[in-house]
Amino acid sequence: MFLYYLRLSALSYRRNPILSSLMVMAVAIGVGAYMVIFTLNFVMGGDPIPQKSDQLFHVQLDSGNPNTQDDPPKQLTYLDATALIQANSAYRETATSKISGILEPEGDGIRPFSIVGRGAFADFFPMFNTPFLYGDGWDQSADRDLQQVAVLTKELNERLFGGADSTGETVRLHGNNFQIVGVLDDWAPVPKFYDINNGAFDGSEEIFIPWNLIIPLDFPRNGNTNCWKTPEAGPDGFLNSECVWIQYWVELRSGDDEAEYLQFLNNYAAQQKEFGRFPREMNNALFNVEEWLMKEEVLPNETKILSALAAMLLAVCLLNTIGLLLSKFLGKSGEIGVRQALGAHKGSLFLQHVIEAGFIGLLGGILGLAIAAAGLEGVKVLLGDNLMITDWIHLNPTVVAITLVLAVLATIFAGFYPIWRACSINPAIHLKTQ
Amino acid sequence: MEIGPILRALSRNKLGVILISLQIAFTMTVMVNAVFIINERSKLMARPSGLDEPNTFYLSSTGFGDQFNSQVTERDDLELLRNTPGVIDATPTNAIPISGSGSSDGLRIENDPTLPATPAAVYFTDEHSVNTMNLTLIAGENFSASDMTYQSSNERRYYRKAIVTLALAEKLFPEEGLAAVGKSFYRDQAPVQIVGIVERLQAPWPNSFFVEQAMLVPLNFTDATSTYLIRTEPGQRDRLMVEIEETLAGNNPDRIIRGLKSLQETREESYRLDSSMATILLVVIVTLVFITSMGIVGLAVFGINRRRKQIGTRRALGATQLQILRYFMLENFFVSGVGVSIGAVLTIAFSIALSSLFEMPTMDWYYTPIGMLLLIAIGQIAVLGPSARAAQIQPAIATRSI
Repeated sequence: MFLYYLRLSALSYRRNPILSSLMVMAVAIGVGAYMVIFTLNFVMGGDPIPQKSDQLFHVQLDSGNPNTQDDPPKQLTYLDATALIQANSAYRETATSKISGILEPEGDGIRPFSIVGRGAFADFFPMFNTPFLYGDGWDQSADRDLQQVAVLTKELNERLFGGADSTGETVRLHGNNFQIVGVLDDWAPVPKFYDINNGAFDGSEEIFIPWNLIIPLDFPRNGNTNCWKTPEAGPDGFLNSECVWIQYWVELRSGDDEAEYLQFLNNYAAQQKEFGRFPREMNNALFNVEEWLMKEEVLPNETKILSALAAMLLAVCLLNTIGLLLSKFLGKSGEIGVRQALGAHKGSLFLQHVIEAGFIGLLGGILGLAIAAAGLEGVKVLLGDNLMITDWIHLNPTVVAITLVLAVLATIFAGFYPIWRACSINPAIHLKTQ
Repeated sequence: MEIGPILRALSRNKLGVILISLQIAFTMTVMVNAVFIINERSKLMARPSGLDEPNTFYLSSTGFGDQFNSQVTERDDLELLRNTPGVIDATPTNAIPISGSGSSDGLRIENDPTLPATPAAVYFTDEHSVNTMNLTLIAGENFSASDMTYQSSNERRYYRKAIVTLALAEKLFPEEGLAAVGKSFYRDQAPVQIVGIVERLQAPWPNSFFVEQAMLVPLNFTDATSTYLIRTEPGQRDRLMVEIEETLAGNNPDRIIRGLKSLQETREESYRLDSSMATILLVVIVTLVFITSMGIVGLAVFGINRRRKQIGTRRALGATQLQILRYFMLENFFVSGVGVSIGAVLTIAFSIALSSLFEMPTMDWYYTPIGMLLLIAIGQIAVLGPSARAAQIQPAIATRSI
């Protein structure tokens, strides 16, 4: 029966090709445009690490300025980050921050170039589920013993070693040799949850080294540094200052651990208060990945505004479809009258037209996918290369499925009233004029 | 006029009226708000930075290795740059206007850290900055070479003189105007004297609330990285960008040259999100107007086809073609009228929601009435074709197939 109705739908389409094509186009444009914006929202507002986003927590210690009443700083001071690392109170934890440096490739083939890297602890890699192409992250002993080891990204390995397994090789960065222990596979979480300070949609850094080396090897910091109080003079002035520049993440395994860790942070802050630091009221915070991204509002206002506008565009297209379906189904009154007179059930007539509307919706959805794909390509071109990573801007399977379902359901929904009108015709009137 | 019959006919086809008027209402809401957003963005994009943007570019030099001497390199580089034919002037700076990355300080007019501070962007640069940036010094004077201090960027920063923008001077010393020259403010609990005021110089962050509050400070960092801002004579920029990069990269093996970019490219990149948004909105508007027009045409054709016989009858009874045309134009006018009235409410509601949720400015009053007129005009144009064809219907049709 279903197939029979489907065939009827196709016949009906061919009988009235212009009207039917207009409907398909209206559905396609509405759904296509909506899905472009939906994809942006879906990925940019999505969960970058769904396997464990509720176990990873961003740490905030309120070492802020007593004369202002804003949120606690988003990053930690050197004093606090090193103290937390030493306390070693979480299942896994890492202090991390961006660095920059000149990388001097061996031989004369490639000129030295400037590079942005990241200092991290051994836990960084297992915590954030970073995929490895070759080798692995470094051991905790490397953190303790200040071993000069490094993990490269796939791109950097491509550039320096032509993509070969480079573990065991050395690379010269900021005037020091580092032994390569691992090469990452493609890894660019969207949003870049572990450091949203300089653009939540940036790509990842190109080289990772033990964070403990940043100070002894005098690496230039790259990223945000905020000081509410000027550092004291002298070489250690900056390290002992209230300047924040370090991100801190912990992995905790249960809700109890979370409360316990927050208590640990509060105890630490209370202890610091005794030394005259932490002049504000106690306001330390732990946010898991999704809470943190939500709180920091990483989703740009632009995409939020666009989704409201796209929803209205979809509404206009559906209103249009209602009108067109009305014309089409009322135009079929004669046929419906005959079928009714021959004993067709109202229910089966209704079903037939629901399937016809769904058929049109499906065609609209398929065409809508093409429009959405083209639209996303257009957005990618508009955004260009340097603003953010745009590799993720394409149709993904979830979006494809949602598009088709949305198109079919929306068209059937739009069809309810026209179908009801068409099916509640008195057959006698239409039989008379035959 | 056939206002009575039109209204009675419309009241029998409520659904058609609702469908079209809702489409018009939504289209108007999206169109008016989108145009407003586009206009706001272009206003932001049109603000001048104060610099001679078409003729300015910049690049960075980063040294490495033990032999590298940053101070000597910077001095030699600047001398070379300033003596290059076609270069008007060059200056070292820690930050580039509009680039989105820079440094800021909190300033107070009294030495009391508990008072709220006035934020200002700081350009650490030298006495060539006013000329290189093409700024207009409207009061006071430029720095002299002897004002310069040199230190590492990690040290506690020390400076005693500043050239501020007029906007910053007015913020710090309201009502003083240009008389703020010579006065001092405090930063980091030490006094800094305003030696000059420039008309305009934007902070590096285009979206910052203090984008017009900036100052120049005669301080230079001795770090391995130096960034040079270079102004050229008109028409020389592109040639010099290539030549200067080559010269600097070639004359010292212990450093690399990177980040070569013109200020125009920087502006284009910094406002990329705004310009993308404007383009997307424009596409949305065009699509919507197209779809709504199609909807109006479709329902008009449907309505006319259903009434062919009545039209023929009216024509047979003496109605002119013009009267038939007028009937359908007026019908559309009433439906559009309902649409734009609902649309006006929705438009204003949506704009209030936008300004309260996203800290956007409120829409000027004239947007809504202009949008209403525009959509009525679009409706009239869309319905013109079908109405003209309705007017062509022969009176003879009235006598057929009864």
